[in-house]
Amino acid sequence: MNITLFDTIFYLLAFLTLGSAAIMVFSKNVIYSAVGLLFTFFGVAGIYVLLAADFVAVVQVLVYVGGILILLLFGVMLSNKITNIEITTETLHFLPASLVVIGIFVVLYRVFITTDWNPVGSYNFDPTTHEIGTLLMTDYLIPFEIASILLLGALIGAAYIARKD
Amino acid sequence: MLAVGLNHYLILSAILFCLGLFSVVTKKNAVTVLMGVELILNAANINFIAFAKYVDNDLDGQMIALFVIVTAAAAAAVALAIVLNIYQRLKSINLDEADSLAG
Repeated sequence: MNITLFDTIFYLLAFLTLGSAAIMVFSKNVIYSAVGLLFTFFGVAGIYVLLAADFVAVVQVLVYVGGILILLLFGVMLSNKITNIEITTETLHFLPASLVVIGIFVVLYRVFITTDWNPVGSYNFDPTTHEIGTLLMTDYLIPFEIASILLLGALIGAAYIARKD
Repeated sequence: MLAVGLNHYLILSAILFCLGLFSVVTKKNAVTVLMGVELILNAANINFIAFAKYVDNDLDGQMIALFVIVTAAAAAAVALAIVLNIYQRLKSINLDEADSLAG
């Protein structure tokens, strides 16, 4: 069985995602962790493109890379002295945590391999933006409005909690 | 086995989930724990979108993934505010030092 270009791109993106996620998890320096997380988010966005989810991929880059990661970096910088170059994080319970996590992975792997998901082929790679817009205004109108109220409440709450009193 | 199918995406998301869970369980720094939570949410999103493409043949999975991203943004904002508050009170964001409620 020969490997197509699609498969090669998938393996490259998977390697990028998992490698930078491993750097994020096992790095001692929090700034290095944030940079690893940056490349993980980009890799996951590429995986979304391979899965025919172009709009979700763009939202992933905008929200995660442009928003959440910047927020996390501000969290790192505001919660340490600026002159403190070595912003480190320590790990604890390394061995039992590894055992539990490997056990969970084995269970997940068994479930994924042995279950017959009954795949019905993949649907064609159309631009999904138009359909997502239609769905947001019809079937998903209530969750859409609730999400906007949730965001408003979360942002006001976050600003209220974080201010200096 | 080399041709990419549904199982490849599921296993990729399983590894990503395990890395995120490991980060949540072992890290002392609160910001790194939040990064682990983001990894877990990304793994869940990969599953949603993979099933939407291969099994469901519909856009419902992608819609759920969008709402997961929105909720993750709200959660990150509130959690960072709490972390900053902990830092102001305790001068540290190591989670094992935030134990004033422990008996």
